[in-house]
Amino acid sequence: MQGEVNEFKPLIVAFCCNWCSYAGADLAGSSRLSYPADVKIIRVPCSCRVNPLFILRAFQRGADGVIICGCHPGDCHYTTGNYYARRRMTVLFRLLEFMGIDRQRVRVEWVSAAEGAKFALVMNEFAGAVKALGENVKLGDLRCKP
Amino acid sequence: MQTVAERVIARAKELFFSGEVRRVLGWERGEFQHERIPALYETAEQLEKLVYDEYCGPNLSKELIALSKLEGRTLAILKPCDARSLNLLLREYRVDREKVYILGAGCTGMRGRDGLLLKCETCRGKDFPVFDEAIDDEECRKVPDGDRFADVCRIEQMSGDERFLFFRSELSKCIRCNACRNICPACSCNQCVFDNPDSGVSSKASADPFEDSQFHIVRAFHVAGRCTDCGECSRACPQGIPLHLLNRKIIKDIGELYGGYEAGGRSPLIDYRASDGEA
Ligand code: SF4
Ligand code: SF4
Repeated sequence: MQGEVNEFKPLIVAFCCNWCSYAGADLAGSSRLSYPADVKIIRVPCSCRVNPLFILRAFQRGADGVIICGCHPGDCHYTTGNYYARRRMTVLFRLLEFMGIDRQRVRVEWVSAAEGAKFALVMNEFAGAVKALGENVKLGDLRCKP
Repeated sequence: MQTVAERVIARAKELFFSGEVRRVLGWERGEFQHERIPALYETAEQLEKLVYDEYCGPNLSKELIALSKLEGRTLAILKPCDARSLNLLLREYRVDREKVYILGAGCTGMRGRDGLLLKCETCRGKDFPVFDEAIDDEECRKVPDGDRFADVCRIEQMSGDERFLFFRSELSKCIRCNACRNICPACSCNQCVFDNPDSGVSSKASADPFEDSQFHIVRAFHVAGRCTDCGECSRACPQGIPLHLLNRKIIKDIGELYGGYEAGGRSPLIDYRASDGEA
């Protein structure tokens, strides 16, 4: 019993693009596929809307992992937004790693509106990976602790 | 025979007295023997103080944003690295090319209190990407063969926790004076994200180390793909934080992944290939 109470449940923030991944999450829900309840979805118009500050803020406010989901390359609603996001995030993630932040705490995944099952799979997998890393201490902010 | 420095000063005066330019942007002596500070000369009397020697490290290109808005042309004495920074500012329509006269000044490496400046040890080259006239000689065209990425590679080889501690201890020295932002030629937004009182990094002393990380990650990332590698951020920092490491890491990665860029060229981050690797 004690073990269950203290079990670490990672808080995951998932930025999902309005056109594909958010609909994919919706499909996962309506198909009754389960994924961790601690995945908090934030809808953005496009994966390239995600500013590095969003990611940092999520970590500051207590996220243990941040994932960005968008349409598959070539399928972006705005044609090329996800290509820019891909380059930007690649460079950002490498910088974070350079500064000693665990690389596995951030991720980019492409999930289409038809891929409810993939959405659930990705979230389960990501939550598992972050859980193994433990709590995010390096980019947390003591002032934001509950 | 006149030295390059003497020729530069003589030519600047000549252009000023002929009325070709209204004012001269250069350096003057500071308080310390090794200190040269940016100075604007608008009268013949002031112009007597103009210096150009081996201590003129400060990059003057960013001053031209404001100066090119004034009436008449401004003469700016720029070293090769300063000219690269100006090239970026021109590409971003920050400086009016018609309003500036670029006097390229040959450089054999600038020194500070502790000897040759880091940016000069790893100089990118002695060509002037933009100039109206350039004064240099054989000696000034020699490029040192320092490895630009040696420091970055050294840190890459550390473990994740070591890297984290290294940066945390360096960045914790930051007093948020914004000198690194203000001096950066790639940082020229009229309104900066850090000027927003809600940005959470406005305080002089960090309430939490997160603030340091946030400020520095965002500062470095905002100039990703545009940083001219002029090294001014590290030189300007009163706390001696090696800020350029973050920028050079980004430059190195962009070079490895997307083929690199030159200051003032097209940034690979506003470009893409369908075949790019996944993040
Ligand atoms: S980030 Fe530093 S090295 Fe890069 S352009 Fe700005 S001041 Fe120069
Ligand atoms: S110049 Fe140095 S002390 Fe000032 S804000 Fe930049 S890093 Fe901090």
